[in-house]
Amino acid sequence: MTSIKPRQLWMATLAKASLEALESRVAMLGELPPYRFLRPPEIGLVMVQGRMDGSGEPFCVGEMTLTRCVVKLEADLDTGLDVDEGGGAIAGFGYVSGRSHRHAELAAICDALLQHPVWYDPVQETVVEFLQTLAQQQKEIQQRQVEATKVNFFTLDRKQ
Amino acid sequence: MAYVAVKGGETAIQNAETLLKAWRRGDPQVPELTLDQITQQLSLGVNRVMCEGSLYDPELAALAIKQSWGDLVEAIFLLRAYRTTLPRFYNSQPLDTQQMNLQRRISAIFKDVPGGQALGATYDYVHRLLDFKLMAESEAPVALEAEPNRAAMPHVMELLRQEGLIQSVAEKSVEKLARKSAGESAGESAEKFAENAVEAAQESVEKATEKAVKATQGSVERATEDTVKATEDIEETTGETIKDTPEPAVEEADRQPFDLTRQPLSLPAERDARLQNLSRADEGFLLGMAYSTQRGYGNNHPFAGEIRVGQVEVLIAPEELGFEVAIAEISITEVQMVNQFKGNKVQPPQFTQGYGLTLGYNERKAMSMALVDRALQAKELGEAVANPAQDEEFVLSHSDNVEAQGFVQHLKLPHYIDFQAELNLVRQLRQTGREETVDDTVEPTRAETKNGTRNKTMDEARNENEE
Repeated sequence: MTSIKPRQLWMATLAKASLEALESRVAMLGELPPYRFLRPPEIGLVMVQGRMDGSGEPFCVGEMTLTRCVVKLEADLDTGLDVDEGGGAIAGFGYVSGRSHRHAELAAICDALLQHPVWYDPVQETVVEFLQTLAQQQKEIQQRQVEATKVNFFTLDRKQ
Repeated sequence: MAYVAVKGGETAIQNAETLLKAWRRGDPQVPELTLDQITQQLSLGVNRVMCEGSLYDPELAALAIKQSWGDLVEAIFLLRAYRTTLPRFYNSQPLDTQQMNLQRRISAIFKDVPGGQALGATYDYVHRLLDFKLMAESEAPVALEAEPNRAAMPHVMELLRQEGLIQSVAEKSVEKLARKSAGESAGESAEKFAENAVEAAQESVEKATEKAVKATQGSVERATEDTVKATEDIEETTGETIKDTPEPAVEEADRQPFDLTRQPLSLPAERDARLQNLSRADEGFLLGMAYSTQRGYGNNHPFAGEIRVGQVEVLIAPEELGFEVAIAEISITEVQMVNQFKGNKVQPPQFTQGYGLTLGYNERKAMSMALVDRALQAKELGEAVANPAQDEEFVLSHSDNVEAQGFVQHLKLPHYIDFQAELNLVRQLRQTGREETVDDTVEPTRAETKNGTRNKTMDEARNENEE
């Protein structure tokens, strides 16, 4: 990854979240501004590549399912969002593993709202930060459980 | 003779399917399995199906297991069939396995590895005794926890690599280069190649060799081609050809590795094709092959350098977006095996590697894959290809359980006409044999027939596949 832009971070968070968690947090935002699909959700495949010996040349490992979707916020908002976007309305992209149209749509609309000057704060606070904390907690639990299995083997010296 | 189709049987076939569905469901008094139960509680089965089905989607794999009545090979078939219905959107960026969220990490070669070893969830040191407590329901064991240390966990193999004890990718490809271009024997060094192969333009070739070494991080194949070209054209366009050699970074971005789902396997296969084939290969087949190398059918003396299980981020770089984005974290198993290499005239003794990488937690499979990967490097390392596991045509052509089960199981479809023909043939031969009553002539006739029959069966099967 060249540089971790904030947008890459929130897109990753939205993609990795469970649909249930994402849905319930987005619901807390109340009524969303109108949007339409530039590209309706569609399911396809990603070929996952690995590297030989972990660090060498790439090779194909296997595929995974992916759902993608692009939404566009309708421009008839009275929020002045067109200023930053050079006159065009904001487009939001969703790329999520699995086959959930809804997940891709929610990820896309959140991505669009997060580029919007008025919506950024509520979406970041209510949705993204919550999901990040949740993911961090789950990671932490796994780390703690794995740590309990940390092993120190001793080799026996037969001469003694 | 082509396979002769049969007609009829519609009702029986329909009823057989209905019966299958009923028996698959079992006693209606017993609660039906949910996909969540399968993904959660039969997780290793799900992992195997995703790995060999070559499609990472736990929900679909669980569905396939439920639909296949618990037959994992059938479930793998279902998943493979499903994937053909979907378009390919992207290739991921190569996984960075150094950055895994580890749920298990062990090394059998060093007890003190940076970051330490964690057994994770494993049967390794557990008595293989049936646990009758599991027969009682409502079990909810709680895992113990400890304060995690957050030390970095670099690949164990890096330690050996830093000491120069591992045959590096670069060395391997230089060797390959030398063999390919000059047609010399396996152990020949790159330097010697540079001296001998092109006397007229020694300096330039050395430069090209250097370039090629650098380029190995990108594409060995391209580098080889370019260097060969360079040696051919060298008298005419000495400087220019070398300048034309693309920069490694550009090459890596442009070149996509071999993909079995898009190109038919051709032999000899490069390592990218072999690794993809092995990664989706049947676990049982690989296990048997790996075991054969350990028992002496292959010059393999391996150590488990490192086994890592955990989650790794998958990144894609959609053109329409213009930057990389993570789409998920997937579970993988990575195995790096170290094998001794005695060295030869030009190379000091060192270690070689076998690599195993699977979708999901499939440790036995990933270990087997690493052993077979190493065995298949025989020709590149100048070893004799004398055993099944070293023979890439043998291994790669028979590793896929979807293909294998189809070909084996097609034998149970009606072959009435074909068999009738063979029956007539055998009767006729016996008749001829009886008339001639000379034992000497019977033996070769029978042998011929055997071969003839086998070829015919192959042809016939091929025809069936085409149908």
